[in-house]
Amino acid sequence: MTTVDTNNLEPQELPRPDAPGVSHTKQGPPKPKKGSQFVFLRNSKAIAGMIILGFFVIIAIIGPWIAPYDPDAFSDQLVAPPSWEHWLGTTHLGQDVLSQLLVGTRYVMIVGFAAGILATILAIVIGVTAGYLGGWSDEGLSLLANIFLVIPALPLLIIVASSLDGGMLVIAVVISLTAWAWGARVLRAQTMSHRRRDYVEAARANGESTWRIVLAEILPNLTAIIASSFVATVTFAILTQVTLAFIGVTSPTDWNWGTILYWAQGNQALARGAWWWFVPAGLCIAAVGVALALINFGIDEFVNPRLRSTGRYARVLRKRGVQARVGFTPIDRGTTHGGVVAKSQPGSPPGGNSSAPETPGETPASTNVKG
Amino acid sequence: MRFFIRRGTFYIITAWAAVTLNFFLPRIMPGDPVSSAIIKSGGQISPDAINSLKVLFGLDNGQSLWEQYTSYWGQLFRGDLGLSFAFFPTPVSAVIQQSLPWTVGLVGIATILSVILGTTVGTLIGWRRGTKADAVLPVATFFSAVPYFWFGLIAILLFAVTWDFFPASKGYQPGLVPAWNWEFISSVLWHGTLPALTIVVSSISGWILGMRNMMVTVGQEDYVTVAQAKGLKERRVMVSYAARNAVLPQISSFALALGFIVGGTLVMEMVFSYPGIGFVLYQAVNASDYPLMQGCFLVITLAILVANMMADVVYAFLDPRTRQEG
Repeated sequence: MTTVDTNNLEPQELPRPDAPGVSHTKQGPPKPKKGSQFVFLRNSKAIAGMIILGFFVIIAIIGPWIAPYDPDAFSDQLVAPPSWEHWLGTTHLGQDVLSQLLVGTRYVMIVGFAAGILATILAIVIGVTAGYLGGWSDEGLSLLANIFLVIPALPLLIIVASSLDGGMLVIAVVISLTAWAWGARVLRAQTMSHRRRDYVEAARANGESTWRIVLAEILPNLTAIIASSFVATVTFAILTQVTLAFIGVTSPTDWNWGTILYWAQGNQALARGAWWWFVPAGLCIAAVGVALALINFGIDEFVNPRLRSTGRYARVLRKRGVQARVGFTPIDRGTTHGGVVAKSQPGSPPGGNSSAPETPGETPASTNVKG
Repeated sequence: MRFFIRRGTFYIITAWAAVTLNFFLPRIMPGDPVSSAIIKSGGQISPDAINSLKVLFGLDNGQSLWEQYTSYWGQLFRGDLGLSFAFFPTPVSAVIQQSLPWTVGLVGIATILSVILGTTVGTLIGWRRGTKADAVLPVATFFSAVPYFWFGLIAILLFAVTWDFFPASKGYQPGLVPAWNWEFISSVLWHGTLPALTIVVSSISGWILGMRNMMVTVGQEDYVTVAQAKGLKERRVMVSYAARNAVLPQISSFALALGFIVGGTLVMEMVFSYPGIGFVLYQAVNASDYPLMQGCFLVITLAILVANMMADVVYAFLDPRTRQEG
């Protein structure tokens, strides 16, 4: 069955010689033939994102060692602007802001990734189960996911976190409990579209157990979706924990980027014009967020080739003096056939846009009619 | 009609789930918030109020869980959310009633502005994909990666401290008496501008990105090509063919994003000391005022449910498929 697996890995990515008429009239390049599963790593956005994220992961590991001062240590330079001694200035107690930032990175990363992993596991378990089993268990699990989507996470988290006053793992668990629903919803839709495909039917006919079908046949085909929902969850977790720390519901003595902002806000950093106190922490959050968003763009373009091709083709067309407009269908080079509209289409109505995930790849009949 | 019945049932179940969650939360939590509050109040709290708090927090040990649950619902229907510790002895419902209009006004206006602007910009960028207009995308990405409240801090630093354009906090000039006169209203508008602008700036990028991606996807549908081939005006194809279909997912994602946006604006209110429900929640957190926190959560959740219902109605109005079913 392994051959079936690799063949079906991202079916929409495979080159399709029988794709719509225009495809092989003209230009031949770029060809995602062999090793198309590594296309993701060639995506420049994804690479840029990985590099930025990698930088912060390294800081998270070595931060406490390279920090020039103890983040809690007082000094007599109060609210001092950046200088050679203190690169990012000091706080109202003379603490070094750079050291706080470096030490705090670890907390942010651990909570972000721990919450991301936990929430993604929950999303996979609930989403794939609902999508594969269907029927009443699907109704029940979908209802649960929708309820969690509608209930506002932040106020709930504020209440829970303020009465637990726990450490970072408690925060991670609590965040993950409110963050799984979106991923579960997307995974459920994808699983449903895979459930009746030929390779699953074949596995079923072979007498494979449900466990094996789900784990070994369907899950590998959901890798991209799982990755994208993981990345989105990490973003959410980082934003949320920083917000919680800023409000002051987590322990204000554990350094993380939000704690820095908490002390800055509480000690008139704004009125004193002490920008060095709160601007760097925000920029770090933004940098991590942008890195994660770039990675997710990479995954999105990998999953939905229409997004990837548009910019490139439009640029090519413009060079030839053709104004690209929406109605101007770009030349399909064989990769954009039947793109999965994966994200950006959250709540498609019950009977509405459902056509999208059903088609990728497997409609030789219809393409033959066209050709 | 089936659509509405289905959605209506969902909202009823969700409201029930939120109330039940609110009921169980303090019972799962460690500690006894009521006794500490009674001690703090120094004996000024009336026996009636103590009783009401005990029902809310499940400390009347004589009753079974089911009896506690039913009496909790009974209290809710009477609008009794207990007494606030932070604003002692004002009832929670009164505190929330006072702050809710501020939040609804600020969040409502800012969100609607942000959706309309973001969708329009997204339409244009998606339509002119591959041109210089795409430069908006990285900027939008940056803005969507920053927490709302940090934008608030920067906005205050720039426009209230460095250049004294706007007031840095509060909902209106201190000393004014709330009334329907021009002096008060202009003060409210003046104080609301900076928070509202910050909310628009930080939430708009999501709408731009979503709409842009939908335009790109929809733009390659056959009916758009046909419309263009018919020789219809560019503008008409863009608005009535492409954008009209691309906007539907925007509305359903509006409903889903609302919880996140409201969360962000709550923190925004904390930054601006805006007298809305977010600032109340902030004061409640600082004072360990559990009844007020829970009341806020309940009211925010119910408000979001109402907004979701309105989004559903708009959706059904725009998408005939939902109306035709059944």
